[in-house]
Amino acid sequence: MVSEELDIANKNLPAEQGPVQYVNELTTLNLGPTHPATHGIFQNILQMDGEKIVSGEQTIGYIHRAFEKIAERRPFYQITTLTDRMNYCSSPINNMGWHMTVEKLLGIDVPKRAQYIRVIMMELARIADHIICNAILGADTGALTGFTYIFQEREKIYDIYEEVCGARLTTNMGRIGGMERDLSPTAIRKIKEFLDRFPKVLTEFENLFNRNRIFMDRVVNVGGISAERALSYGFTGPNLRAAGVDYDVRVMNPYSSYQDFEFDIPVGQSGDTYDRYMVRGEEMWQSLRIIKQAIDNLPEGSHYADAPQYYLPPKQEVYKNMEALIYHFKIVMGEIDAPVGEVYHAVEGGNGELGFYLISDGGRAPYRLHFRRPCFIYYQAYPEMCKGMTLSDAIIIMSSMNVIAGELDA
Amino acid sequence: MLTNESVAQTIITQFGEAVSDFDDPYDLLTFSTTRETIISLITFLKEHSTLQVGFLTDITAVHYPDSPGKEFCVVYHLHSLINNLRLRVKVYLSNEDLHIPTAIPLFMSANWMERETFDLFGIIFDGHPDLRRILNMEEMDYHPMRKEYPLEDQTREDKIDALFGR
Repeated sequence: MVSEELDIANKNLPAEQGPVQYVNELTTLNLGPTHPATHGIFQNILQMDGEKIVSGEQTIGYIHRAFEKIAERRPFYQITTLTDRMNYCSSPINNMGWHMTVEKLLGIDVPKRAQYIRVIMMELARIADHIICNAILGADTGALTGFTYIFQEREKIYDIYEEVCGARLTTNMGRIGGMERDLSPTAIRKIKEFLDRFPKVLTEFENLFNRNRIFMDRVVNVGGISAERALSYGFTGPNLRAAGVDYDVRVMNPYSSYQDFEFDIPVGQSGDTYDRYMVRGEEMWQSLRIIKQAIDNLPEGSHYADAPQYYLPPKQEVYKNMEALIYHFKIVMGEIDAPVGEVYHAVEGGNGELGFYLISDGGRAPYRLHFRRPCFIYYQAYPEMCKGMTLSDAIIIMSSMNVIAGELDA
Repeated sequence: MLTNESVAQTIITQFGEAVSDFDDPYDLLTFSTTRETIISLITFLKEHSTLQVGFLTDITAVHYPDSPGKEFCVVYHLHSLINNLRLRVKVYLSNEDLHIPTAIPLFMSANWMERETFDLFGIIFDGHPDLRRILNMEEMDYHPMRKEYPLEDQTREDKIDALFGR
């Protein structure tokens, strides 16, 4: 009942009955669009009954950049820069996913060495993504120490990216047909150093959180979702696995030689925030396993496919070799002919199945390109997961879902 | 082990004339159907005892302004997690009549995918409880992913193709 009605009701009552008692009045609370705890720009309009959330509604679209439209005018290489800016926490995965989609369309076989390097880079990216998610989940529960410890390791991963391609955040290390450069000895040394050091840091981080009484009080049985609901809502990645479904694109539809490696798919049971946290933590260990196998068994050979009309030639070649100069010019000016076709290619991104749906009409740019962004699809379950929880739980649920604003809008 | 042919045969046996254009580009079974059949088709795939297509991967649309009567194509990507089988179902719509039934009763995830498709292409999903724009602002009176809205200002002369030898 709104306050005006209350006033009218009070006026019409006989004086001896006293004023009407307070009846549940819902508060509308705007959480966001920009709020320090919302991890990006999205508005959540929550209906609160006291401290409890009764219902919620999200508004997204504040940073919509129309990537799909821009891609319709761009040659394939120039789209890489768009994909890097979707899930910017793990841009190599987007990058490789896009190049693999184009390779599928063009029918290029990538050499084993390039595939293994890609696997190493994608798993490093997954670790970086999970570090951010889990560490910030800790920070949101008020435990800042773990966050400051483990964030240094993300910087070390960025150092490896820098060694491989020169950039730290929006890495553009892949090429159609392979990698831009081979792994340098320094890069291999840095990756091995990371493999030595990271388990210690991760163990320390887990000791701080996994059985921490205060942390568990905040996350156990918070924001749970059943496997059936999670599937209906289109959950993928760690969020789905936390609910108990062992669906992983790396195992179901292996790409880039994932079938060569041994690793487990961690699954949870209740799909609550604690399970999501634990699944991400365990996935970091599995990623370390994969990187170790890949770096130990790195095959010899070329790091790019023999497809000169598509693979952007190295700069040294361009200065010396006429063929390379011609191909370089043609590729940079967007003259590569793509066959007519339509491709759907999915990779296991940091937060779920990242799909690329590409329709080519034979032109230099895609006729239509659609990104299946995992967070866009599962973020709609957020009000349901928040229902009956408190406001402080809502922050933690959002944090543990790993919603990346850049990918949400694309 | 299900093959694309056997799955296609199962679908043809059930729906006959209503499904057409079977193809498998890059090993992904693709076919077209009509807007009257689409919901019963997805229901059939979902409830079929062996196919068990229980996951909606994606809904999107494509605009083909040059094919009369089939200007818009709504594309459904479905996935059977048990059989590891992916399917692509297409529904062609004409420019005059952009109505198609919603898939929300079958998959909750269809909600935002359909809102996005409506926002970007103007496809109207009948029965959708909340068909509003999602990525763009409410005041917009057009659907930006259609081909008639080019990306760049077409009056610009410093970027014409002739200057680049195309």
